[in-house]
Amino acid sequence: MSERHDASYLAYKDGFWKSIWAWVYTLDHKRIGVMYLVATLLAFFLGGVFAIVLRTELWEPTRTVINDAGQATVTGQALFGWKENGEQVTANNAYNRAFTLHGTIMVFLFIIPAVPAALGNIFLPIMLGAKDVAFPRLNLFSWYIYVFGSIFAVWSIIHGGVETGWTFYTPYSTSTNWGGVTSMVLGAFILGFSSIFTGMNFIATVHKLRVPGMGWFDMPLFVWAIYATAIMQILATPVLAITLMMLVFERTMHIGIFDPALGGDPVLFQHFFWFYSHPAVYIMIIPGMGIISELIAVNCRKRIFGYRAIAFSSIAIAAISFLVWAHHMLTAQTAALNAIFSALTFLVAIPTAIKVFNWIATMYKSSINLNTGMLYAMSFLFCFTIGGLTGPPLATLAVDIHLHDTYFVVAHFHYVMMGGTVLAFLGGLHHWWPKFTGKMYHENTARLACIMVFLGFNLTFFIQFFLGTQGMPRRYATYVDEFEWMHKISTIGSYVLAGGLTLHLFVFIQSLMAGAPAPKNPWGGLTFEWETDSPPIEHNFSHEPVITHGPYDYDTEYPPHCDPREWPLPDQAKVAALAHH
Amino acid sequence: MTTLPMGNPAINEELEPHERYVPGHHWRNAQDEMEAAKLGMWLFLATEILLFAGFFCAYTVFRYWFPENWHAASRHYLNWKIGAANTVVLLLSSFTIVLAIRGAQTNRKPMMLINLFLTELCAAFFLIVKFGWEYAPKWQKGELPGANFTYGGHTVQPGEAAATHAGFVDSIFHVDHGSYVTNAYDHIFMSIYWISTATHGFHVFVGMIVIAWAMWLAAKGHYGPKHYTSLENIGLYWHIVDIIWIFLFPLLYLV
Repeated sequence: MSERHDASYLAYKDGFWKSIWAWVYTLDHKRIGVMYLVATLLAFFLGGVFAIVLRTELWEPTRTVINDAGQATVTGQALFGWKENGEQVTANNAYNRAFTLHGTIMVFLFIIPAVPAALGNIFLPIMLGAKDVAFPRLNLFSWYIYVFGSIFAVWSIIHGGVETGWTFYTPYSTSTNWGGVTSMVLGAFILGFSSIFTGMNFIATVHKLRVPGMGWFDMPLFVWAIYATAIMQILATPVLAITLMMLVFERTMHIGIFDPALGGDPVLFQHFFWFYSHPAVYIMIIPGMGIISELIAVNCRKRIFGYRAIAFSSIAIAAISFLVWAHHMLTAQTAALNAIFSALTFLVAIPTAIKVFNWIATMYKSSINLNTGMLYAMSFLFCFTIGGLTGPPLATLAVDIHLHDTYFVVAHFHYVMMGGTVLAFLGGLHHWWPKFTGKMYHENTARLACIMVFLGFNLTFFIQFFLGTQGMPRRYATYVDEFEWMHKISTIGSYVLAGGLTLHLFVFIQSLMAGAPAPKNPWGGLTFEWETDSPPIEHNFSHEPVITHGPYDYDTEYPPHCDPREWPLPDQAKVAALAHH
Repeated sequence: MTTLPMGNPAINEELEPHERYVPGHHWRNAQDEMEAAKLGMWLFLATEILLFAGFFCAYTVFRYWFPENWHAASRHYLNWKIGAANTVVLLLSSFTIVLAIRGAQTNRKPMMLINLFLTELCAAFFLIVKFGWEYAPKWQKGELPGANFTYGGHTVQPGEAAATHAGFVDSIFHVDHGSYVTNAYDHIFMSIYWISTATHGFHVFVGMIVIAWAMWLAAKGHYGPKHYTSLENIGLYWHIVDIIWIFLFPLLYLV
């Protein structure tokens, strides 16, 4: 090996084209993770633009952005691409397209890959003390599959649009003639393979590349979360793949399995779809929970409360996730089936609550370092708890009849996905930003942006619970006048949220351009990634790391590369008193 | 020029490639690497089973609803003799690929190459039978889901079919169209038949490509007792292709 591997993984290779090639054909998990991060953030931006379009449209009970003739007054025609093939798209179709694209992009292009494929790719091998993931070439391949699938999905925006909602329910998705449905479904099909390959890679990495001496219960909880996610990715995604493939066949060859006009069963599609997509909801949230475990333990400088309980609750959520899919059809099934799925759905609350209580117990009587990551962790606890607790009303059969397909569901979903995963993702991004870029960010500006995101988010979605209970159905472009003030509050909130996220973007750009060099261990973490350089060298560690302590042994260990005087061990008398407590 | 240290197997030109094999830079040893590759393959096989589970699930639902229609459609449209021939061929190919792996483990290159070639032959036989004796005649007779074969059944014109390749195949197996009354859900049975066997056929085709690749590697000496990871993984993949067919055959042909 003549090449040097002790330089930063971001180091410039000699020659411009050589540098480009070093990114295009990189097998380094950190570079692939960064490429995933850039791609998913672009998708987040695109999905966010559609979200703002939607909220603006709902500013007034009648038309705001898209007038009755179906023409945009604010957004350009190019955004929706109507009048293609001479077809006149009505205003409602344009609105349908906007929320479908928001949903599909956010779900398939952003949330599912954001945490595991971006942050997980960069940090999972380092946390295990490995040089790379088990199958580096497969890792790169899955990124290219992701890009290929994304091109299909984005192409469907330009070519005709999709207006079925991100769930592609039949018979709507089989009977509409808009050209975009087939390409969007194919895009989601292809993206599924990217997800499967990433999951395979992570499971093999966790099984085979832990540093010698690291047992299963010495792994950081982020790794446990990614592992549980990978199991679901492998077991659920193929079912989505085959479902979407059958949908494509249905549209192109009229095979008749889902199309009622041909004797098929449209509800069968929903069973197929949710058998993947309910686990997918946990594919989205569990990595976020893993980040929260890291953020809270590091920033509270305390051994995490109930390590094993948190680890096993991830696995429990993964297992239960496969048994609850039919609760999406509670209004369309027999009473016996409903009762079973309702009961199974309530089970999810148990492992979820175990996690939340463990995090709060960890924070109890700790000395909290209120950096941006920790602010996000606390925002997560607040929002995710609201999102979680609004789940049981939806699983309650009688209540669900009233709340089904209302804004209550929209608010619940966004409280767990945006208030859960996205806040955790942003927290993790700030937590690990100094490590993988080697630059510090401006802490106070980031804190301000975090507070804006938190307030804007709650302003946007909290009012939607009330909208829903009062009967505002989801996916409508117009509404009765009584709801106007609530929708206005929600829209104002979405602008604050967008403002906060824009501020974050500026913080990141400022950090990359003029940020101070990051120390090896800015937050005083004990896991392996804080032992190596910031940014890590190409092979992660100059020597294979030796495991000498657990990931959260804050009561006995000084954090590596930190001045012990600034990171005092807890007062042993106090610890003893707490133990008796 | 510096002299190469002869002790380093990675750069000793006198050794066969499989004897010179070194694991990837991030592995501690070749054993770990092989175990990880096999674990990855088993995970991939799990995804394959779940992929086909979608077809089996759709099959189960519609068969539960229309059992008699299913029985009649299977008897009329599919010929169990053709399916049985393909089953035997695939089972045989699973045996030959195991012999090829055994050849690698015991360092017998001719055994490895001959058996890989036999596996390839079996796969080709399977696909030729599939396309020539099943798909092409059905295509000619319009037994495809779509415009001329939808809800409520379709009409067969015996006179038209008789002169074609389809008529030739039917005459060999003494198929008589006159006595069959079409049923309302025939097209869904045939849809499931087409999409599941076509997806399986695609897997056989992919299998032929990777086996050809394995033959090339085997010929160049990349497989031996110490290193045959990808050969064994291809074998595992080939077994799953076989097993899926073993489920498809009775469910579709022997209802």
